[in-house]
Amino acid sequence: MEWEVVIGLEIHTQLATKSKIFSGASTTYGAEPNTQACAIDLGMPGVLPVLNKDVVNMAVCFGLAIDAEIAPYSVFARKNYFYPDLPKGYQISQFELPIVGLGHIFIEQEDGSKKRIGITRAHLEEDAGKSLHEDFHGKTGIDLNRAGTPLLEIVSEPDMRSTAEAVAYMKKIHSLVRYLGISDGNMQEGSFRCDANISLRPKGQEELGTRTELKNINSFRFIEKAINYEIERQMDILETGGVITQETRLYDANKNETRPMRSKEEANDYRYFPDPDLLPVEITDECKEKIRQSLPELPDAKQQRFVNEYQLSDSDANALTLNKETANYYETVTKKIKDPKLSANWILGEVSAYLNKENKSITTAPIQAEMLAGILQRIKDNTISGKIAKEVFDAMWKGEGNTADAIIDKKGLKQITDNSAIEGIVDTIITDNPNEVAAYQGGKKKLFGFFVGQVMKASKGKANPAQVNALLKQKLD
Amino acid sequence: MHKKTVAELSAGLKAKEFSSEELTQVFLQRIADLDKELNTYITVTEEQAIYQAKKADKKIAENTAGTLTGIPLAQKDIFCTQGVKTTCGSKMLENFVAPYDATTVTQFNNAGMVLLGKTNMDEFAMGSSNESSYFGAVSNPWDLATVPGGSSGGSAAAVAACLAPVATGTDTGGSIRQPAAFCGITGLKPTYGRVSRYGMIAFASSLDQGGIMARSAEDCAMLLNTMAGFDEKDSTSAKIATENYSQSLHSKVEGLKIGLPQEYFAEGLDAQVGQCIEAAIKEYEKMGAKIIELSLENTSLAVPTYYIVAPAECSSNLSRFDGVRYGYRCQDPKDLTDLYLRSRGEGFGDEVKRRILIGTYALSAGYYDAYYLKAQKLRQLISNDFTQAFKQVDVLIGPTTPDVAFKKGEKSDPVSMYLSDIYTIAVNLAGLPAISIPVGRIKNKPVGLQLIGNYFNEAKLLNIAHQYQTITDWHRGIPEKFQ
Repeated sequence: MEWEVVIGLEIHTQLATKSKIFSGASTTYGAEPNTQACAIDLGMPGVLPVLNKDVVNMAVCFGLAIDAEIAPYSVFARKNYFYPDLPKGYQISQFELPIVGLGHIFIEQEDGSKKRIGITRAHLEEDAGKSLHEDFHGKTGIDLNRAGTPLLEIVSEPDMRSTAEAVAYMKKIHSLVRYLGISDGNMQEGSFRCDANISLRPKGQEELGTRTELKNINSFRFIEKAINYEIERQMDILETGGVITQETRLYDANKNETRPMRSKEEANDYRYFPDPDLLPVEITDECKEKIRQSLPELPDAKQQRFVNEYQLSDSDANALTLNKETANYYETVTKKIKDPKLSANWILGEVSAYLNKENKSITTAPIQAEMLAGILQRIKDNTISGKIAKEVFDAMWKGEGNTADAIIDKKGLKQITDNSAIEGIVDTIITDNPNEVAAYQGGKKKLFGFFVGQVMKASKGKANPAQVNALLKQKLD
Repeated sequence: MHKKTVAELSAGLKAKEFSSEELTQVFLQRIADLDKELNTYITVTEEQAIYQAKKADKKIAENTAGTLTGIPLAQKDIFCTQGVKTTCGSKMLENFVAPYDATTVTQFNNAGMVLLGKTNMDEFAMGSSNESSYFGAVSNPWDLATVPGGSSGGSAAAVAACLAPVATGTDTGGSIRQPAAFCGITGLKPTYGRVSRYGMIAFASSLDQGGIMARSAEDCAMLLNTMAGFDEKDSTSAKIATENYSQSLHSKVEGLKIGLPQEYFAEGLDAQVGQCIEAAIKEYEKMGAKIIELSLENTSLAVPTYYIVAPAECSSNLSRFDGVRYGYRCQDPKDLTDLYLRSRGEGFGDEVKRRILIGTYALSAGYYDAYYLKAQKLRQLISNDFTQAFKQVDVLIGPTTPDVAFKKGEKSDPVSMYLSDIYTIAVNLAGLPAISIPVGRIKNKPVGLQLIGNYFNEAKLLNIAHQYQTITDWHRGIPEKFQ
């Protein structure tokens, strides 16, 4: 049977505030356990939460960016359950009236076309603490530094039909929150993580199949593997006539498998009710408009502008605008060298290859935009060839020099454009290869490339290719 | 000295008739001598009291004192005090010392008041008799065999027996007014949001409100001047300007429109209590007030509504007492579930457990709409009754309780206990201010009159209560044993 995959994602993104959502404690990552938890975060008796206004603005920003309804009136609710790293015995979240309602984004599909993915809602909530099972023999340590960290939970519609779409969606949201500056999106530190709801149904069937939920996936690579594994697992069960159990499963990256966490039978009844300690959040049209005015250029608009302004292809423009830093990098280089195509080729070629190889991000690349522009400038003014430029790039990446000129000088890579010097080399090559000359002149025109290669080799790649071509043609034909 | 009101003590300190230290010593001595019988204090903070009194005397000497500087005060043991135990009447917090002060505590500290100690209360403020305290029942100074009311029973009895000139209380369903009535003192529950709840251990967050238990309305006004106001640490506190509550006390009540809700005089009200209330109403008539009978037709829904809303909120508020971070933890837990079950099972008393169970049930999937949501709708209806009433009248008057203080152990059935709050509960559901003042005694047991005001109209309420107290002296009565 042919199966259709149905995927919906719940993304938790940590909002980039200085202090926590309901207390003044710092949100800085990596501090000594329990040094960034105040009486409120510890859930001491008698303490009360006070909403950090920044989180509201950030949520509204996100809502506007996905063209969603912003609730004029939203409510914080308590989600009640016991867990040692949940200090109050309830998590303050939003339930019936979330701050951001129905919205959508577009993702790029493999064939370059766009697909609309619905976003059901996005709501504000506080994070819990962390239970530490290592280092405490037979006991559990609790670190509440994370407790009360502001999160925006973004819930998609079950609109994705493949792993690739799910990854594209996650990347798009990741890009969006970073464009908006509302999250650092740091996945290693847990600032951006995702739960995936996955089900299969026979192709053409309207009704959704039974789903499983994969918890806490914190990298693009893992989400791909986790979903693929889960699709295979479900398909095996369905193909052999089995039924899927609705349950929460955990993805184990080490073993590359998912395994059940808890089944629905033991699922918690969270007993949600409006938190009486907090007032409803009211957002006026004026406030919404003010935030709308302050929104930065968003990925889709930037991509369109890149296509129009720089005559880039859709896919190049998409790749360059996936994150704000790359887009800025591109625009800096392009403004300097006034050659949009050349800078696009280099950034999507060399730069991204090196970044991938070393698992670096563009902000930490050893070659910053101005430095790359320096190299490309020298291609454009014929100081070096494209091939030599790659050598310069490699040297610069390795820290052998800060400017293209310094490296070109140091390594003597300057292109030979003196016609008489090139002519000398050309003459030598013709003299040294009488057989090839005869064959060429006898009609084997393909040998032309051989002569070019020999000249370039003899000049250590520095001869200007256009001049070499012209001289060879002149002498051989 | 111990019989004086705060106003009189303030004048005495100012005139240097006695020092704050002397005054404090008097109360500490009385506590030491007399509290064994009453059990009004859970913790007495002698050393701190003397230290604060000396500091106050210095201020008085330097002429930098405020009206409350040097006046001793008892705090209900629900307000967190940095460095002093805050038990909330529970085994769960028997040894709990908060790392911070409640806003109310900070306010009175800053005003230069002297903390005598922390008063006994029903466990987590759940009760109407003070019998649910882990630290033992409190006796009513007017009749030691009877209860002082609850949950602020310790504060009420301490003020009535002159073991403190004034005390704080909290009122979720009548916990200031009912014990004030039973003990013959004046108890003010302000409008919800008038006083900060920060550091006041939560029972039912949408109903809880701190207030004052004193010898007179005048004293309540003096303390409210310090206690009222917006607190940035409490989002539900109101950003509405406060008034000088002492200033308007002397306005005449002539022409005042007093509403009598017929439901508060219906079946269930003790006949003799009814007579005392009638007599008080006559006094107001004599002063020129106009009496208007009216109806609060959803009154009968108040108790059932309250016993959904309050337990629902309490079931969630009390989840933090899990034996993990602070408070009682069971011996040698086998595993996490055992830690939870036994810490909570052993740490909480029966009444607290009963309400947690009711609340958990009311919020459960499948029951939420039928109970919690419906209760919220009824709550709105109850509020609407009051809103309508205040279009006609300035204040509502009726009995605080259907009867005088009952005997300890008499109300072993929880429902009959819950019904003793029948006249006070609706006020919390609506979030209104109300005050209970003593207006008579039946066989030496005090009777309380409840005055209910419109939102944030504490000034009017205190004024009306004070006017009664200028022409009567029920509020000056002190039980014989504690003269």
